Amino acid sequence: MNEHLLVRWLRLAGARVAAARELLTDLDAAIGDGDHGINMDRGFRELVRRLDESHLADGPPASILEGAGRALLGTVGGASGALYGRGFQRAGAALLVPGDGEAVAGADRAREASAVIAFGAAVQAIAALGRAATGEKTMLDALVPSCAAFEAAVGARATFEVAARRAAEAAEAGAEATIPLVATKGRASYLGERSIGHRDPGAVSSAILLRALADAAAEG
Amino acid sequence: MIALALVGHSGALLDALRAMVAQAAPAVPVLTAGGTSTGNLGTSSPGIVAALQAALRASQGDGVVVLFDLGSAVLALEVALEELEPVDRARVAVSDGPLVEGAVRAAVEAAGGASLAQVCAVADRERATAKLPPDWPDRPDGRAVAE
Repeated sequence: MNEHLLVRWLRLAGARVAAARELLTDLDAAIGDGDHGINMDRGFRELVRRLDESHLADGPPASILEGAGRALLGTVGGASGALYGRGFQRAGAALLVPGDGEAVAGADRAREASAVIAFGAAVQAIAALGRAATGEKTMLDALVPSCAAFEAAVGARATFEVAARRAAEAAEAGAEATIPLVATKGRASYLGERSIGHRDPGAVSSAILLRALADAAAEG
Repeated sequence: MIALALVGHSGALLDALRAMVAQAAPAVPVLTAGGTSTGNLGTSSPGIVAALQAALRASQGDGVVVLFDLGSAVLALEVALEELEPVDRARVAVSDGPLVEGAVRAAVEAAGGASLAQVCAVADRERATAKLPPDWPDRPDGRAVAE
């Protein structure tokens, strides 16, 4: 991924998370412990602060992603902190090892190739740490279809901007599709069938992050 | 001597638990990682790494038993453990026992000079230890406590 786009994305994501603080907190109050918006806002504020005040933004994409993950791990606090933090860290680590991104994107498209690798590694790490799969009313219900849509678009030679838009659309559709699901993970699972009828806050925050990526790509 | 590391969502909760543990076993080192790095309720992997490393030093290499609380604590703990050097990771055992009962029980065992495996095992065993006596009268469903 182009590193200016990466930094622009993280900053825009911070602004979008701040704007959605009440929404995420209300969604979480319905089926969880009501702190997702507050937690995510605190974590992304710290992430943006480190972009502003340390040399985090000057490094290569792998170290920016790793540092973003570290910021979230220390400050978000809930399960989403461990999951997003680990996801960003593994996305960064994946850029340091040879992968099959070029096979998807084509040898001439390094930015798309590395984004496919990083996105896939993040989603895989989140699923592994959470011991979760799609259909359990979690962030994976947004992330898994989003990652698949991104990879399919890149494979079809779409531009980064178009692929990111497909990813955002798929994430938003995935978040909507969590409404009829019963939560089996996290605090929401305490509610059992009473978790039906609400969007999952983690799926919604994932969709917000991916919409920010699409919009950051469109600006570039 | 085996040290304890307490991992949870609240620094205040873990400070109080450390005081309870110290009453039972004052010589046992107890390190805590409670709350986020900003002092909010929640768990922090970097904070857990720091507590584990301090506990390992305090144990002088004997080892550390970890007790943790609910929800995201196990996720943050797993991320933290992967940050440790293999030689350190091998000296950390995570107990599936209840935080309060497990910590007090483990500390008493550690104070007696028990091994890492022994201290972890007694903390684990608290999971299966009924807290109510079997003839407790007013259970909502009328069932006996211990099955």
